[in-house]
Amino acid sequence: MTGNPVATQTGTPGPLVGLKVIELASEYGAFAGKMLADLGAEVVLVEPLGGHHTRAFEPFLDDEPGPERSLWWWHYNTSKRGVVLDLQSPQGAASFAGLVAGADIVLEAEHPDRLHGLGLDHTQLRATRPELIWVSVTPFGRASDLPRRHELTTDLTVLAGGGPVWNCGYDDHTLPPVRGGGNQGYQTACLWAVSSALAAVLHREISGRGQHCDVSMHAAANVTTEAGSYEWLVANATVQRQTGRHAAVNVTQFTRTTGTDGIDIHTGFPPRSVAEYQAVVDWIDEIGARDDFADIVLLEMAVERGGVQLWELGSDPLAMEMFGAGRDAFIFVAQRLGAYEFFHGAQQRGLACAVILAPEEVFEDEHYVARGFRVEVEHPELGRSVTYPGAPFLMPASPWKISSRSPQLGEHQHLVDAVIEKG
Amino acid sequence: MARSRALENLRICDFTGQLAGAGATRFLAAFGAEVIRVEDPVRQGMWDILRGVQPFVDDRRGIEMGGGFNNHNVEKYGITLNLRMDKAREILRELIAISDVVTENFAAGVLARMGFSYDELRRIKPDILYVSNCGFGHTGPYQTYKTWGPIVQAMCGLTFSSGLPDLPSAGWGFSYMDHHGGNFMAIAIMCGLIHRNRTGEGQWIDMACTEAGATLNGPALLDFTVNGRRMRRPGMPHSNHNQFPVMAPHNIYATEGSDNWVAISCRDDADWVALAKMVGEPWTADERYSTLHGRQAQEAELDGQLGAWCRTRDRHAIAADLQALGVPAAAVARPQERVDLDPNTSAWGLWPTVAHREMGNVRVDGLPVHLSETDWILERGAPCLGQHNEEILGRLLGRTPAEVAALRAEGVL
Repeated sequence: MTGNPVATQTGTPGPLVGLKVIELASEYGAFAGKMLADLGAEVVLVEPLGGHHTRAFEPFLDDEPGPERSLWWWHYNTSKRGVVLDLQSPQGAASFAGLVAGADIVLEAEHPDRLHGLGLDHTQLRATRPELIWVSVTPFGRASDLPRRHELTTDLTVLAGGGPVWNCGYDDHTLPPVRGGGNQGYQTACLWAVSSALAAVLHREISGRGQHCDVSMHAAANVTTEAGSYEWLVANATVQRQTGRHAAVNVTQFTRTTGTDGIDIHTGFPPRSVAEYQAVVDWIDEIGARDDFADIVLLEMAVERGGVQLWELGSDPLAMEMFGAGRDAFIFVAQRLGAYEFFHGAQQRGLACAVILAPEEVFEDEHYVARGFRVEVEHPELGRSVTYPGAPFLMPASPWKISSRSPQLGEHQHLVDAVIEKG
Repeated sequence: MARSRALENLRICDFTGQLAGAGATRFLAAFGAEVIRVEDPVRQGMWDILRGVQPFVDDRRGIEMGGGFNNHNVEKYGITLNLRMDKAREILRELIAISDVVTENFAAGVLARMGFSYDELRRIKPDILYVSNCGFGHTGPYQTYKTWGPIVQAMCGLTFSSGLPDLPSAGWGFSYMDHHGGNFMAIAIMCGLIHRNRTGEGQWIDMACTEAGATLNGPALLDFTVNGRRMRRPGMPHSNHNQFPVMAPHNIYATEGSDNWVAISCRDDADWVALAKMVGEPWTADERYSTLHGRQAQEAELDGQLGAWCRTRDRHAIAADLQALGVPAAAVARPQERVDLDPNTSAWGLWPTVAHREMGNVRVDGLPVHLSETDWILERGAPCLGQHNEEILGRLLGRTPAEVAALRAEGVL
């Protein structure tokens, strides 16, 4: 292999091959199970009788409901195998304990008291198997001294009560603050569930001991606000939300415009160096718009004086003028080009900026396509494959891979039968 | 000071900065890995601009005073190496030879141009794990393009999907993908180590933060690939509502006072019945609202009615009353409220205090997970520039204090 990071041999197993995970189906933790499964772990998803309620979550295949038609279920349960167990019944509880006895990791997002009442909690099942790793994802954490541990949450209330929502929205504060889409409250907690599980796996390799990883969705949201938290922690200052840019203690300048095709553009950071100012001047000349941009003089002055330093802005009014002219020049050029045309033009001149893509447009962008982000997954009973989002990172010696579509109800029940026969 | 024992056998040669990279090695350091930040003395470590950026603990300014830098680099060691000089490159080779991982989040190709391509890294240490993290990754047509948090978020769909109808997207009011760039990178590093421990084989993991971000778009992606439905359509996005699954009412409503808000989620008919009984106004008896489908079809009208009810009430009281009835609700929390006034975050120990050589004692973000046997420990602040030159070059690379002083005088450190 050369230094090319994407040269992968087909059929190579993922990094977590051989790791056995028992996952209790849940809304909160499904993404964590998917990540472990797509990274090669053998994940067995345990559903209650009749199937887990997330099988009824929209959207549906062709918009028709049905237990095997939920695209939410498909999306969050790739590469898993599925069994059905009634944990309330002695036989179901015994089967679950039997599955756990052969597992490395348990992943669950149950109400803090439920499993203990069934005799199936980590304190009970880890007593005889200290090497077991047990990951809980709950709204406020599972420790009994946590005062809010019984509060109910959804993705919206996690992000609203946990901090991120305060930071997001519009300059107009009569409009509500905004919760970002895509289940980010749950997914944020799931990233911590996976990272802490892997830390526990690495520790077990040297100590032989497993442990309980107690993930709090509320705490995860709280430490996912960047300066929102540490402006308060360090300086007792409160950030305020702004349209399309960082919430800040002091108001910052706008960074948005719209291309001629109606697609929004993030104009990035204004030019500061000589090369950046010169690139913008040349660009305005290339599109033949010098006469339409009166402040081109300021851009040329900035080239002559050696650019503008950020620290000058507070004290030097002329530097501030030139900095503002650079920002205006970006917006001026962007409004004369299509969004992608501006994006390529700016980036090829060394200026960071972005097209504001809708989620589905990542499947159509040439860069994502070239790196293999579109992944085809067979759905044999439909007689076709479906395009799924691909790997979060490329690791050629042990690649991420969707090994199969989500499990149908009880599709791998033989795994339970095998435990019963053994036990 | 104590260290966690979870990852105590790991050593990371770390070039990361900002949060997108530094967040990854922060996780490892919190769990006891020996993370050694390598910084450029000529540029005073200012490749990581957060070194000198607000918030500040007092009136002092400069490269040791950045509050964000301290937050993101707790429990790490810091050395300086002027890699323009042969002696510094030799010291780096020695450090790589005894490290498990080399991490960086420069623009693509920067580390290779400094003389440390992956081929060179594995010549130095055959089983080295090299994890790079940049906006568009090291292959593909945009590999030379530059990004930072908001650019990544715009290019991966997450900016677009955060907003209200008939308005431009609101996006994320912070670098959300710097947080998750760090989290995905930590996962990538540990996956690479698990693979190495099993097979003896290192590798180069190429992480593109835009791709990592695109995996977070949720079921909307399959709604497009399966049903052909785009989020770029009239009336969308409406991310305070819930489409997957549909819930109604489900929104953020203004309450009594200025810029006060409460989030309410009715997950199902039972939640709606409880809410309707609590509100008790005639409109709640509207037959159309008795089913989820009916509430969804009239959601704008329902939002108007519930919003008017909330407008004259206290957000904390609304949330507490709904919670008592089993309905998910939360006041939109201001920073002070969740940091200083939330009994759950303090009981969790979510805001530990670290000791920084210049800043003194400063509170930082803790971790939202507790491990029962080898939990994280955050006690040390971020390293000042070259703070651990003597310790690391002495303890790990066998240099005497006099040799270190000479290297410093020559400009190598």
